Amino acid sequence: MADRARDLLLRSIIERNPIALLVLGICSALAVTSKMQTALVMAICVTLVTACSSFALSLVRHRIPGSVRIGLQITVIATLVILVDQILKTFYFDLAKQLSVYVGLIITNCIVMGRAEGFAMANPPGKSFLDGIGNGLGYAFILMTVSFIRELLGSGSVFGFEILKLTSNGGWYVRNGLLLLPVSAFFLIALIIWLLRTIDPVQQENK
Amino acid sequence: MAEESLARPFYTVLVLALVCSALVAGAVVGLRPRQEANRQLDRQKNILRAAGLYQGKGDVTELFKAVRTRVVDLESGEFVPEDRIDPKTYDQRRAARETDVSRALAKGEDLAGLSRRERYSLVYLVERDKRLDQIILPIRGKGLWSTMYAYVALDADLNTIRGISFFEHGETPGLGGEVENSDWQQGWQGKKIFAKDKSVALRVIKGKAEGGETAIHQIDGLSGATMTGAGVSSLLRFWFGEHGFQPFLTRMRHKGGQDG
Repeated sequence: MADRARDLLLRSIIERNPIALLVLGICSALAVTSKMQTALVMAICVTLVTACSSFALSLVRHRIPGSVRIGLQITVIATLVILVDQILKTFYFDLAKQLSVYVGLIITNCIVMGRAEGFAMANPPGKSFLDGIGNGLGYAFILMTVSFIRELLGSGSVFGFEILKLTSNGGWYVRNGLLLLPVSAFFLIALIIWLLRTIDPVQQENK
Repeated sequence: MAEESLARPFYTVLVLALVCSALVAGAVVGLRPRQEANRQLDRQKNILRAAGLYQGKGDVTELFKAVRTRVVDLESGEFVPEDRIDPKTYDQRRAARETDVSRALAKGEDLAGLSRRERYSLVYLVERDKRLDQIILPIRGKGLWSTMYAYVALDADLNTIRGISFFEHGETPGLGGEVENSDWQQGWQGKKIFAKDKSVALRVIKGKAEGGETAIHQIDGLSGATMTGAGVSSLLRFWFGEHGFQPFLTRMRHKGGQDG
């Protein structure tokens, strides 16, 4: 069981990464990765929501009728997201201001519902919770990698601390404006997927 | 998965919806006072930042006591007595949407892309030694994607900019979003809004504002943000023009900052 729990937590980071292998949750990965701080907060929020919604849905999975399960899943997820959004606005106002609409968009993040439908509906609450955390970590891994590259090359900083001194502040580094635009995340995610599938050929789809 | 029957989906959905809505409603109602306080604090912080009274530390509420909030009639330029509109509770953004206290702007007038302008605006006065030291005006206007909100602090000469703080916008982060950059905002200090003929001369240019007589009316451009910069120029023309604060500023100039 111990091994199994570790497996549930960790396999989603490299082996079964929700973004890289399942290609879920791309939309928010593009939107919030221009700065590491917002990406980190987003990753924490998504992890919490995925874990809690999987847990809650797994608890009541025997009582949910098949015909309305998708609607019920969305209701539970939406409730959790609104709670997270409200808590952010209350206690971390500045962060909430930066994340603006993206917290609300966690509702439509395919990872959350994908795990609810794909795992929590068929597994006990404890495992579903761990699976949710694991997938959140996988999401966080991609988000942090992408935002690290984007912030470093786009703004010359890491977590807001200046690393490369920008020409606009009298330094030497000319920022790469492309990396500040959401499209650049597409390229970076594609490169990460390529890298992961080269290292671990099992992930390659059959021709 | 549960047995299907006709009634079962209905009551499962009903029960779950009730539980969820109770949770959401509870959170929203319970947390609202603190959120409102946050928003208020954020506005005050930005007013102080524009006025140069806040550098990232200190108690905002305490510092804000040095600022006097008044309501101004934008049509006549007169102060509105506090017993008619209480500046503490006046919601300017809501007023801009309500038809009885705002008016639609004609196409030629609507430089800042606001479509409606409220009749009454809040202004913030900072006094030093019983004399007006600076005056902070809320301004806003369309950039590329969004309405940008800012506070601009004017010197007692009602022409020189003491500071500006853009605090709410939805421009592209890193490009137009750089209106939030404090280095860029520092470039505003000491610039003059009006030319000799009293027209609004201050604008965002392309490239760097340096050298020459005209630089006093120029703000550095933001690279990659031409439209945002144009939006900033337009909102300056609007808010310091005849449909903005011009009647108020003219009146202030004549009365030497005394209010009746």
